[in-house]
Amino acid sequence: MSRKLTERSIEGGLKLSAVLTIATTLAILYVLISESAVFFKEVSIIEFLTETRWTPLFESKHFGILPLLSGTLLTTFISILVALPIGLTIAVYLSEYARPRFRRSIKPLLEILAAVPTVVYGYFALMTVTPALKMLLPGLSGFNSLSAGIVMGIMIIPLISSLSEDALQSVPKALREASIGMGATKFQTSFKVIVPAALSGIIVSVILAISRAIGETMIVAIAAGQQPRLTLDPTVAIETITTYIVQVSLGDVQHGSVEYQTIFAAGITLFIFTFVLNSVSFWIKKRFKESYE
Amino acid sequence: MAKETYMMASEFVLNKSRSSELIIPNTKLETDVVAQSIKIESGRQLADIKISSKNLNVYYGDNHVLKNINMSIASNSITAFIGPSGCGKSTYLRVFNRMNDLIDSFNMNGKVEVDGFDIYDKSVETDELRKKIGMVFQKPNPFPKSIYENVAYGLKIQGIKKKSVLDDAVEKSLKQAALWEEVKSDLKKSALALSGGQQQRLCIARTLAVEPSVILMDEPTSALDPIASAKIEDLMTELKDQYTIIVVTHNMQQASRVSDYTAFFYMGDLIEFSDTKSMFLNPKKERTQNYITGRFG
Ligand SMILES: Nc1ncnc2c1ncn2[C@@H]1O[C@H](COP(=O)(O)OP(=O)(O)OP(=O)(O)O)[C@@H](O)[C@H]1O
Ligand SMILES: [Mg+2]
Repeated sequence: MSRKLTERSIEGGLKLSAVLTIATTLAILYVLISESAVFFKEVSIIEFLTETRWTPLFESKHFGILPLLSGTLLTTFISILVALPIGLTIAVYLSEYARPRFRRSIKPLLEILAAVPTVVYGYFALMTVTPALKMLLPGLSGFNSLSAGIVMGIMIIPLISSLSEDALQSVPKALREASIGMGATKFQTSFKVIVPAALSGIIVSVILAISRAIGETMIVAIAAGQQPRLTLDPTVAIETITTYIVQVSLGDVQHGSVEYQTIFAAGITLFIFTFVLNSVSFWIKKRFKESYE
Repeated sequence: MAKETYMMASEFVLNKSRSSELIIPNTKLETDVVAQSIKIESGRQLADIKISSKNLNVYYGDNHVLKNINMSIASNSITAFIGPSGCGKSTYLRVFNRMNDLIDSFNMNGKVEVDGFDIYDKSVETDELRKKIGMVFQKPNPFPKSIYENVAYGLKIQGIKKKSVLDDAVEKSLKQAALWEEVKSDLKKSALALSGGQQQRLCIARTLAVEPSVILMDEPTSALDPIASAKIEDLMTELKDQYTIIVVTHNMQQASRVSDYTAFFYMGDLIEFSDTKSMFLNPKKERTQNYITGRFG
């Protein structure tokens, strides 16, 4: 009897936390949408999407999201450029070459990379990586997307290597045997059979990494600068969406003003990006899940 | 021809059984004599010896899974390995293309020769060896690629890029594997969309494309229905003119239908090895008799 009661209360508790999570998400979404609705009453969506200047805090105000978006995408792109080849190489090495015992001990070590506080990464980018890069690129400015992107890439390596390694491991052993049995080398087997067979899982890992990089705040806020600029030049200071939101939230902008509402418009842009990416990865996962049953 | 090779095989069995009662140093001598006599006989007109193992012992860690196996396999014939589960059939089969090398705990001693060459010699490149000794597995394991890409795979990894060469090889191999008519209209289709029997024939085509001289088959029909199995069996019979085929099977009818020679293994020992007809009609050992009549295993 009392056992049944315990069961019930546990079930109730679980249900409650699920409901709470969903409710929180919905509440955040509601705030984002309603607050940015206020913003879009003042500024047209057309201007928001096509204007190439973002100067809400200046005398002459322009509300074009493109500079922030380019900053975000540029740092993200650089980070993936770093993390994908390294992460995938590590994944292939661990899955196809390393002995199981080594694999089991090295994986948690790698995941420590993702556990380092991002503020530490931010200062590492600003104080170590930028000065080092300056020796190669004398024109590099003190704040730049290059070093922020590189360091962000290092941070997301374990995300890619770990998830990709899981994907590679789930490729049936029979395919390895088939390839090796035909005289393929381990290298050929890895890159011509195993990686293609695990591609959907690898893509999912990359999408999650992109999503993580887009939302990353501390590293870019510290090392990439606070100058909204529509550019693809990785050596100059830029500003990302996340950095801008931090800047305004911490600044003395008056609540309720259009300047203040901009952070919700920026926030919903960010949300749409990560939402779409997560949906795509969810779809890929579902779509390709059964291919080996 | 069958009669003479039978002589060779049964004589071999007799010698083998005698030798197992002798002390070890003599065993080697005996088998050398046997090998000699086979060669002399085969010198007349018959099949050469394609593969032979001498005093082969295999271990997985401390587990002694193949015990002093001496055996010669004639070329352009089908040899069946039978025996209860865990007796070492697959292990022995995989000795011939060195697939066991992938297993950490694997260990062996003795000699294994293909065409007279020691395949465990230091100078042997396993990749090259496996191109000559193809393998077909228990469960069809096509790559998740198109039919065409599956068959062309072995050639592509050898660096062959020329489309006309690949096209010809794909067509030829699919025809050899009796699959061409069923798939020729859509070679771009995913191999995973084929039926199990078609997939297995595709795997055979894939193996044939690299033109091996030996095909090892580990229970190639155990995952297939009787009709698909019959097709594979017909195929094996057709292929033996050009290839030496070794097949592991749990299906006694299959062994008796397709194979020319049969080897019976029991707990790591080669108990009996002779031509298939006499093995099934007149087994020399009680164990063999019991096994093939289904009394155990
Ligand atoms: N990878 C391995 N590691 C360790 N031991 C193994 C391995 N593969 C097989 N063995 C052991 O070697 C012995 C022979 O196995 P093998 O697979 O050769 O038998 P088999 O005759 O093919 O059996 P089955 O008919 O069930 O396929 C068994 O005792 C098995 O447990
Ligand atoms: Mg087996």
